Amino acid sequence: MIDPKSAAAGNLAADRIDLKLIADMVPRDTKVLDIGCGDGALLELLVNERGVDGRGLELGQSGVNNCVARGLSVVQGNADADLSYYPDNGFDTVILSQTLQATQRPHDVLREMARIGNRLIVSIPNFGHWRVRLDLLAKGRMPVTGALKASWYETANIHLCTLKDFADLCDVLSLSVERCITLSRGHATAYAGRPTRRANLLADQGVFVLRRL
Amino acid sequence: MSETGVKNEQSETVLFDSAALKLDCGVTLNHVSLAYTTYGTLNGDKRNAILICHPLTCDQYPASENPQTGRDGWWTQAVGPGRPIDTDKYFVICSNVLGGCGGSTGPQTDNPDGSGPYGLNFPVITIADMVRAQNLLIDHLGIESLFCVIGGSMGGMQVLEWAAMHGPRVFSAVPIATSARHSSQNIAFHEVGRQAILADPEWHAGAYYEKDAHPRKGLAVARMAAHITYLSETALQRKFGRNLQDRESVTYGFDADFQIESYLRHQGMSFVERFDANSYLYITRAMDYFDIAAENNGNLAAAFKDTATRFCVMSFTSDWLFPTSESVNLVRALNAAGANVSFVEIESDKGHDAFLLDEPEMHATLSGFLKSAAKARGLIEGGRDHD
Repeated sequence: MIDPKSAAAGNLAADRIDLKLIADMVPRDTKVLDIGCGDGALLELLVNERGVDGRGLELGQSGVNNCVARGLSVVQGNADADLSYYPDNGFDTVILSQTLQATQRPHDVLREMARIGNRLIVSIPNFGHWRVRLDLLAKGRMPVTGALKASWYETANIHLCTLKDFADLCDVLSLSVERCITLSRGHATAYAGRPTRRANLLADQGVFVLRRL
Repeated sequence: MSETGVKNEQSETVLFDSAALKLDCGVTLNHVSLAYTTYGTLNGDKRNAILICHPLTCDQYPASENPQTGRDGWWTQAVGPGRPIDTDKYFVICSNVLGGCGGSTGPQTDNPDGSGPYGLNFPVITIADMVRAQNLLIDHLGIESLFCVIGGSMGGMQVLEWAAMHGPRVFSAVPIATSARHSSQNIAFHEVGRQAILADPEWHAGAYYEKDAHPRKGLAVARMAAHITYLSETALQRKFGRNLQDRESVTYGFDADFQIESYLRHQGMSFVERFDANSYLYITRAMDYFDIAAENNGNLAAAFKDTATRFCVMSFTSDWLFPTSESVNLVRALNAAGANVSFVEIESDKGHDAFLLDEPEMHATLSGFLKSAAKARGLIEGGRDHD
């Protein structure tokens, strides 16, 4: 269970419990790049509560403007096109929360992230969740779940994967899975290393801490 | 106190008698003067100063009436008590650029050699030269480091030059609707304007001051052409459309049948009352020469290497003079340099001039950025104002 009194529990939306987990995994007073930072909720938390030197990259203009007006260092851009302009090892931690599945080339995004920082935190929705499997198997329809809310024709999520798929890709990219926390209806389970088959069935999302090998 | 409610407005002209200004063109300029205005109060440790760099045809009066022209401050939307650049909190400085015609040394100034106004004997200046002169002013005011340097358009070029040349003196920087280099298209528009001035018989090869002449027609045409580039097609269409000027039908002649023609003619004619044609030549040339990457072997990021300055870059969707792509190039270079940078594109159909107008989103961004920078500099505590 997530401790509701944890520093990270701040003002985050109830359905973005992954953000609270991520915030607790970021060491204090480090330099962090948050890719796809949205309205800046995580970044603000990191800057204010953990003394982080935080920067954000966000595609949506209203999100960016909102962030900057609140004093956060955020630029408008997208993960596929703009990461290549960041310097090698410019950050201690690079975060990508619930964004990978919406990128054009997820493997290139991860490669760029690993170049920019040594430590990555990536959260993804799990397409291996039993509800997803059941929807396809029983209903024969593309699944719509709590973590995947949009219908297939309007979803921004073009590269969905299971927790297992993701861990496999990390192997290919020489990224070691240091920790994985899976979320199942708000309940968190921590794993040292790759998530289990059981987690791949039961978790609706996963938060991975990765390191360059 | 002036009508705008700005406190402690002071306008001065400082002569840098002992400091020679070594210009990019190789010439050393002596007896340089800068006319400047300050608003507000410099705090005890002199850490709350904001330098505003003005665009091409503005002056040192962003938040108060220009006593020579009687025109209102050109940036009262952004500068003043309770405004994003809050004159109750910050000590705001704005100087007329080197080469300008608002009281600073420029082509209409008397040459110290006693030969009368410089005219075309004035050396060609650059954006960096403007910044060198401003740097003398900041020394003169006893300020070690500026809290922020802010400017739009040509002012934004000066902001970038400040950050590149004097990074440690610039805690934060806000380049708005600008570029790290003047584009080919923009040089082209400037050339049209300059040729209009040069073609005016009243120009007298720049020596018109003693002949009691002024190339009014040429300068007016230059202004008319430039003014179009400051607007957007949408804004022009909305404001003027194909509306006729004080008439029911077209006259089958070359009068100002259309409102847009009349408007442009008015813009041109009123401009010549307040601006010097030679200054226009020199300042547009300075913008054309501006290319920060070229000063660093083509590497824009190198210009900002190891910078500790916090940047907030802004562009406007309908600005085709300094389009968002120019700001994106700049932001990518700043990111490559590891700089602390924010970048916001503001939705507006008002074209390049949007930065001078009532754009709430720009003002919210500017306020938020300055507030967080002030917190980082220790000017305000815990993100809250204590004043």
